[in-house]
Amino acid sequence: MVNVTPSVQDALKGTRVDEDATTATDDIAITVPTAAASSGPQDEPSGDDLVFDVSELSVFYGDFRAVRDVNMKIRRNEITAMIGPSGCGKSTVLRSFNRMNDLIPTARVAGNLLYRGVDLYDERVDPVEVRRRIGMVFQKPNPFPKSIYDNVAYGPRVAGRKKGLDEVVESSLRKAALWDEVKDRLQDSAIGLSGGQQQRLSIARAIAVDPEVLLMDEPCSALDPIATARIEELMAEIKAEYTILIVTHNMQQAARVSDRTAFFSVELDEANDRRTGLLVEYTDTAKLFSNPDDQRTENYITGRFG
Amino acid sequence: MAMATIGNNGAARRVEDEIFKQGRDLRGAGFRMVLLAALAVSTLILIVLLVQVLTDGWPVIDERFGDFWSGTLRSRSSDDALGISQGIAGSFWIAVFVAVLAFPIGISAAVYLEEYAPRNWLTSVIDIAIRNLAGVPSVVYGLLGLFLFVKTRDGNSSLMAGGITLAILVLPIVVITAAEAIRAVPSSLKEGAFGVGATKWDVIRSQILPFAAPGILTGTLLSLSRAVGEAAPLILVGAITGRLAPRDGSFFGADQFFDRFTAMPIVIVGWVQQSGRDEGFAAAAGAAIVVLLAFVILMNSGAVLLRNYFEKKRG
Amino acid sequence: MTDMTIRPDRAPLTVDVLAGPVSRLRKETAIRWFFFSAALVSIGISILIIWSLVNEAWTFISQVDWSVTWGETGWFPRRGLYDMPTLLVASLIVTIVAMFVAGPLGLGSAIYLSEYASRRTRSILKPVLEVLAGVPSVVLGFFALFFISPQLIERIGRNGWLVIGALIVLTYVALVAGWARNLMKREAGTPVSVQVQRILMLTLLVAGALVLVWWVNGVAETADTFAVKRSGQLAAAAVGVGILTIPLVASIAEDALASVPRELREASAGLGARKATTTTQVVLPAAVSGIVAAFIIGISRALGETMVVFMAGGAADASQFTSSPFDGGLTMTAGMASLATGTDSVVGEGLTFQSLYFVGMVLFLLTLFLNVVAGRFVNRVREKY
Repeated sequence: MVNVTPSVQDALKGTRVDEDATTATDDIAITVPTAAASSGPQDEPSGDDLVFDVSELSVFYGDFRAVRDVNMKIRRNEITAMIGPSGCGKSTVLRSFNRMNDLIPTARVAGNLLYRGVDLYDERVDPVEVRRRIGMVFQKPNPFPKSIYDNVAYGPRVAGRKKGLDEVVESSLRKAALWDEVKDRLQDSAIGLSGGQQQRLSIARAIAVDPEVLLMDEPCSALDPIATARIEELMAEIKAEYTILIVTHNMQQAARVSDRTAFFSVELDEANDRRTGLLVEYTDTAKLFSNPDDQRTENYITGRFG
Repeated sequence: MAMATIGNNGAARRVEDEIFKQGRDLRGAGFRMVLLAALAVSTLILIVLLVQVLTDGWPVIDERFGDFWSGTLRSRSSDDALGISQGIAGSFWIAVFVAVLAFPIGISAAVYLEEYAPRNWLTSVIDIAIRNLAGVPSVVYGLLGLFLFVKTRDGNSSLMAGGITLAILVLPIVVITAAEAIRAVPSSLKEGAFGVGATKWDVIRSQILPFAAPGILTGTLLSLSRAVGEAAPLILVGAITGRLAPRDGSFFGADQFFDRFTAMPIVIVGWVQQSGRDEGFAAAAGAAIVVLLAFVILMNSGAVLLRNYFEKKRG
Repeated sequence: MTDMTIRPDRAPLTVDVLAGPVSRLRKETAIRWFFFSAALVSIGISILIIWSLVNEAWTFISQVDWSVTWGETGWFPRRGLYDMPTLLVASLIVTIVAMFVAGPLGLGSAIYLSEYASRRTRSILKPVLEVLAGVPSVVLGFFALFFISPQLIERIGRNGWLVIGALIVLTYVALVAGWARNLMKREAGTPVSVQVQRILMLTLLVAGALVLVWWVNGVAETADTFAVKRSGQLAAAAVGVGILTIPLVASIAEDALASVPRELREASAGLGARKATTTTQVVLPAAVSGIVAAFIIGISRALGETMVVFMAGGAADASQFTSSPFDGGLTMTAGMASLATGTDSVVGEGLTFQSLYFVGMVLFLLTLFLNVVAGRFVNRVREKY
């Protein structure tokens, strides 16, 4: 179960209103075991396996609340997908996981976002330090106008690493399944690569700083199906080493690659005609796509809405 | 949008008129010709100006350019030692002052405004100050220089006073053009760098400044050529238009910073004024203008070409 | 993976670890302060300018005998006569004449480049304007004195120019009248505020037309013979200033035209309007704020231009009062420059030095006012599209 807002629930379908929902985040029911969850505890994740503990998270732009009431527990070495119609705030939530929202002057986060037990929005926390542990791959491939080598070496360099860059570049490019294609032209400009190659380069660049978590914001939306398939393959390969969160507008992709899926939706605030996103359901991917608890999820995955 | 609707109504009415009017669109062709004439006249003025200056200055350039280049300010135009070396030295050092003072401060201010500045009253004050400074007439900067450097030093003008005054004059231009170039840096580049844990300074140094460099360079070239051509503030600060005794020191000697000075545009003004009593000075002034124009046009076209090249390259 | 062993994944994470090294935070803060102080320099300069102007001008204002600043025969600072109307009227003459050169030429060039020119033509002609923009004002001063004055002003002669001046003023009056008639014809439904604005603008334009007619008439009636002057006259300087202002007007006007959305042009063309109709009926009205801004900034620039008038304005360091562009005269800026060229004498002689700052302050306030007004107009374009 996840929290629901009674009014919305009523308005949409008249399902049973779970009065305890907002306080019931501690016992997310996991009914269907997931084959991929190697760490495998079917009950409450804790300790080492709990990477992010999100509760009552809201993101504001100025006084406008873009997303509200996000409650999620994200596990180590799993792929968590975030899906939902456009404007539901899934990217906004993703970007609050490594404080990329700090770059938007008016953005503000309320609620709790614990990363391995530490509040990411504690005033002492330096976003730079956060981003070195929680890397990000963006919607559009964004290689720097530098050589392939310098792109990958950029992160380690700004982190102060001077020695052993060759090894880091090679291992990162290998992990990103790009090494064989570019090993003979590492000094060529990254701008000359194809879109799919550029996106894998972005992944290599992100993992070169040896992060623990990778955030992927619709990484395949600008790519063709073949390049998309390669990225998905790659995600499965590197899952053993990283905890991955992926935002996607492609439900099939979420179903294919993820262990757990969060479905976000939007509701219209009649009072000021603004759309606020909210987390509707967060559960095992297999369950979410076969037997969702929430009617809105059902509507969305069967294509009746969004 | 009110304008647009009114415009369209007007157009519709006009169209109605035109449909029932047979024949060619004479008014349209006439309108076009008038516009073209405006552009042609503007171009023609530039050509006439260049020709006029060249023909006036040609005798000097043709007969004694070497001496003219190395000569100094004299009281008679027939003097063989008449020339522009002092003007060149003055303008060179003024350009150095501008490059050393205005460029780093201006570019830094632009970085602050585009990358750091929070949205508060202080930022808007800075913003307003810069935009208004850009519109202040250059003589007023001369008054500032006169007040700051000359009045307090018992009325002695100096090369340093002129250099600093012109650095202040072009500062807002540098800030505005650099800020524009920085604003054009794609946010995806910045995000990519921040995403792998770069600090703000890392991003500025490794992404923003390299990407904005051509635009910033264009702005600095334009402001440099503006500073080198500017005369009014220097006149106020007390640059010498008449006769300036040749110095003993070398061209690059720093001792001249505190000496009386002149500059290319000032040399030209002085000679134009003296042409009233000694006609030969007009030719000298023409020749000096050819030298100044060659330099200024070279820099301006360099800046324009640079900008066009990068605009094309980045689509 | 080897990296797994290096990575302190399993070590407990604390806030201190995520706080990053203190040295890095210090460095980032220091850099931020560096950039911030660079940005503060502009405020410092603004304050210094205002302070220096007010400081010296105040001495002048408080000590000068005001009778010598108004109604005297002319601007003779070294004799202690500071007749402001002499400078103000000369500035006005130069600005008006300059804008009659720069306005049509700049706007016409802008419209042609923006609406008619092919890519190729544009790529050749636009740089020409940019080169013109870079020509130093001393060069225009030289050109005004040695070409415009003898070849243009004196050759055509006083009577010829009066005819041309009358024609220009008549064209202007006709344009204003045509615009006024157009406004009358417009249907009801325009908001009152817009109508009030239009009426204000119309009043201004009509007043301007009357002043122009009166001025040209006045110049025509004065008995002065047209003296050929080796040192130029206000008219020559004004044309030079106008030429200097063309590129500025053109580039701001072109920006304004470029900001008109293409859909508007397409909508008009879709109704079957001809190019000229689209331009005059749709594009120009849509860009009118920006064009007004271009004119105002042009006026401000012409008002502040110094060297052209100083070199070709036909007056040395003092000037009789005149309202004729065919006389020599000193504008505010040229008056300041000529006061300062007498080498040592600027500093310290009675109120001469202070008078420089008084004139400077008047000029500063005038241009500031114009720039602020122009900024309003530019913002209006931005808000609309």
